[in-house]
Amino acid sequence: MSVELRVAEGWLTVCELSSLTPGRGVAALLPDGSQAAVFLDRAGRPYAIGNQDPFTGAHVLSRGLLGWAAGRPFVASPLLKQRFDLESGRCLDDEEVAVRTYPVRTAAAS
Amino acid sequence: MTEPLPAIVLIGHGMVGQRYLEALAERGATATHRITVLCEEPRPAYDRVHLTSYFSGSTPEDLSLVPDGFMERHGIALHLDDPAESIDRDARTVTSRSGHVFPYDVLVLATGSFPFVPPVPGKDAPGCFVYRTIEDLLAIEEYARTRTAGAVVGGGLLGLEAAGALKGLGLATRVVEFAPRLMPVQVDEGGGAALLRTIESMGLTVHTGVGTQEVLTGEDGAVTGMRLSDGSTVDTELVVFSAGVRPRDGLARDSGLDVGERGGIAVDSRCRTSDPRIYAIGECALACDGRVYGLVAPGYEMAETAAEDLLGREREFTGADLSTKLKLLGVDVASFGDAHGTSPDSLDVVWSDSRSGVYKKLVVSADGVLLGGVLVGDADAYGLLRPLTGSVPPVAPEQLVLPAGLGPATQLGPAALPDTAVICSCHNVTKKAITACATLPEVKKCTKAGTGCGGCLKVIGQLLPAAADKGLCGCFPYTRAELYEIVRTRRLTSYREILDGHGREEARGGEGCEVCKPAVGSVIASLAPTLGASGYVLDGEQAALQDTNDHFLANLQRNGSYSVVPRIPGGEITPDKLIVIGEVARDFGLYTKITGGQRIDLFGASVDQLPRIWARLVDAGFESGHAYGKALRTVKSCVGQTWCRYGVQDSVRMAIDLELRYRGLRAPHKLKSAVSGCTRECAEAQSKDFGIIATANGWNLYVGGNGGAVPRHADLLAQDLSDAELVRLIDRFLMFYIRTADRLERTSTWLDRLEGGLDHLRDVIVHDSLGLCAELEALMADHVAHYRDEWAETLRDPERMRRFVSFVNAPGAPDPTVKFVPERDQVKPDLAVLTVGGPVR
Repeated sequence: MSVELRVAEGWLTVCELSSLTPGRGVAALLPDGSQAAVFLDRAGRPYAIGNQDPFTGAHVLSRGLLGWAAGRPFVASPLLKQRFDLESGRCLDDEEVAVRTYPVRTAAAS
Repeated sequence: MTEPLPAIVLIGHGMVGQRYLEALAERGATATHRITVLCEEPRPAYDRVHLTSYFSGSTPEDLSLVPDGFMERHGIALHLDDPAESIDRDARTVTSRSGHVFPYDVLVLATGSFPFVPPVPGKDAPGCFVYRTIEDLLAIEEYARTRTAGAVVGGGLLGLEAAGALKGLGLATRVVEFAPRLMPVQVDEGGGAALLRTIESMGLTVHTGVGTQEVLTGEDGAVTGMRLSDGSTVDTELVVFSAGVRPRDGLARDSGLDVGERGGIAVDSRCRTSDPRIYAIGECALACDGRVYGLVAPGYEMAETAAEDLLGREREFTGADLSTKLKLLGVDVASFGDAHGTSPDSLDVVWSDSRSGVYKKLVVSADGVLLGGVLVGDADAYGLLRPLTGSVPPVAPEQLVLPAGLGPATQLGPAALPDTAVICSCHNVTKKAITACATLPEVKKCTKAGTGCGGCLKVIGQLLPAAADKGLCGCFPYTRAELYEIVRTRRLTSYREILDGHGREEARGGEGCEVCKPAVGSVIASLAPTLGASGYVLDGEQAALQDTNDHFLANLQRNGSYSVVPRIPGGEITPDKLIVIGEVARDFGLYTKITGGQRIDLFGASVDQLPRIWARLVDAGFESGHAYGKALRTVKSCVGQTWCRYGVQDSVRMAIDLELRYRGLRAPHKLKSAVSGCTRECAEAQSKDFGIIATANGWNLYVGGNGGAVPRHADLLAQDLSDAELVRLIDRFLMFYIRTADRLERTSTWLDRLEGGLDHLRDVIVHDSLGLCAELEALMADHVAHYRDEWAETLRDPERMRRFVSFVNAPGAPDPTVKFVPERDQVKPDLAVLTVGGPVR
């Protein structure tokens, strides 16, 4: 199984599902030079959001820890610990801030 | 044109002066008046009651009573170092020493007291001091530096404070008291005797019933001794006069205001002097009951009274309670109400145990009303007894002074107090006002209770509802210490098992969170050998629990790059190894900086560079310095007896041994240590979690120090230890801390929170009072036996190495957003310009 993100050009394969650790993320380089953070939760569901931490500018969200708030998964930025909802990209600590999200799916390797 | 605002001039900026300003501010009067304050001292109001704490590590800034920005916010002009020199009541002006003339509509005198120095020959010689201001303390400290013996004239409250301070400065200290007992004003004969025994057992010499006749001086004119009224002479190089205070009423006298026969500016019940435009408050005032009050609580009452009167409101000050509770030289002393039993037909209830230095006396009337009391050696009951004064206690008085375990248990708790009982006497706050609040910070903010002498804090704590939820986070209802016990006794090694089995109902089956994951990871890591788990923090599921630093075994910096810190045990490094670090830094373009912990930080590595950097370092014999973990960081050292003229032990050897013994030890917070080879303390061991100072007889172990935002000096735990005893105590100390501390709780806050404090800690780890020591030592032995270098392990395993890439889909590519620009011949981060605000919490 591989993990795919939808970008402007279509579905992009970023890695094998097995290279993701539940509860953690990895960074992927996208065709336009931007970066996505791809995560796997405990239930085996993948998520993808922008990798840039809007509070510091550093591309580090993929290195944060996952957690659960009100039944929804979030990632806590490893720099100043603001939390971002993995489904909506919204910052749980500052309602005016959000990061982009990417549609993501797992697919049998073609 | 608008009328100018009425002018208030306040003379004196001590505790009472500041309280007056706050009382005006709280009532909005700062907006409707122009306020000028003339202060003699070079610094704004500070906490004179806790002056002596300056010698135990408080800074003058800690003692300040003026909130940041207070003067600016309320438009108050504060003139420091510029005392009032004269008052012209006809022109209604005050002239200050610098020659400025300040017109007033209302004048407030808060000039306080001056220390009384008996007119004995030699009283002005170099080496004679009084004990009143921070400047006095600084002068005493400076003079004591080169002296060995000191004496205090006066065995009252302040005299004993001063004696404690001299002893703390390392002087052989004696106290000379004219009355037949110590603290004659507050305690009775029995209390004085208990106090005397305890104070003498601390090594102080006490003379009672004798006066000081002359201060003796040497050829250079400086103090060499004292001649006492019994004809004897004693050697001393420093004399502190603490023979009482006198109201500073000179300005008032000179301007023709009424003063008392024995001093003090006469005021009425509204704190007005004989001139209705002038108030006097605090220790300079002679209250309408004919007393001059030398305590801060009545002074605060007067400040409030004068402020209310200014606004035309009714409030009177007709006298005050003289209750006091103090810790003098570590001995609890409290006195309240009619302590000396002067009321007609009063009866005493006395408990005295000279072995433990405890003396308690209650004064009750024939019909059972509690009139007052004296408590020495154990003043725990003060917080309850004082508010009960004037009423019939709900239980028999003798039950209130008997120690626990003797006689039937006392049912009396704070719940038994009436709503009108005054809990905080400094600020006159009742039980009712306190129970209207939910938390201690709220109590302090809304009522000021607990912000004076602090004697009431214990009772306040008992009156507030218990903090509802002590759980680690939204996922666990347990504290870190409780989780540690669960993991240890149930031998759990999987986060999933722990969360699903012991988490809060609503969190089970979920993701956990960024708070509990690293905490649980740390608990598993520190128990790993005992649980039979892998101690390698990146194995299996544990990998998902680690903060980013632990995950990449390096420290994340603000631009997403990492820094690398190889271990340099004790700060000792060979030239060859120094050269390797230099070469690695040069080859990878890293910024290098020598840290405060005697190591070298290499900054600016990208994720994919870390393995190559570490391969070079491991090859050269370096290992992980754990700068990224909540783990032991460094054991700093001076050069010790090997090189230093003054060193008395080999501090470098000891620092290296300790650093290697505890390397890799996971803890609730990062740990730092240091070893100094002599008392000059060049390694700054007393600012560390555990610090060691060599003596000619062995090692002294200090614990619970820290630098950081709230610095704390470490406490001496044990003295003159052999190498083996030292290591054994540190093993126990660290394991006890790891077992019982909260998440991210440093040893200093842990020690402050520990019930029973340092004494309890000493009981547990020196005297093994809980029978835990063998277990704690075994845990540490396991840790030491199973230590492996994390970076060497990581480099050996291709599976683990796969994570060190910037991009999962482009393993060779570095992150193009991690960029650097030159500065001072090295690199620094080139940071992106941000479009949103800074940190939100």
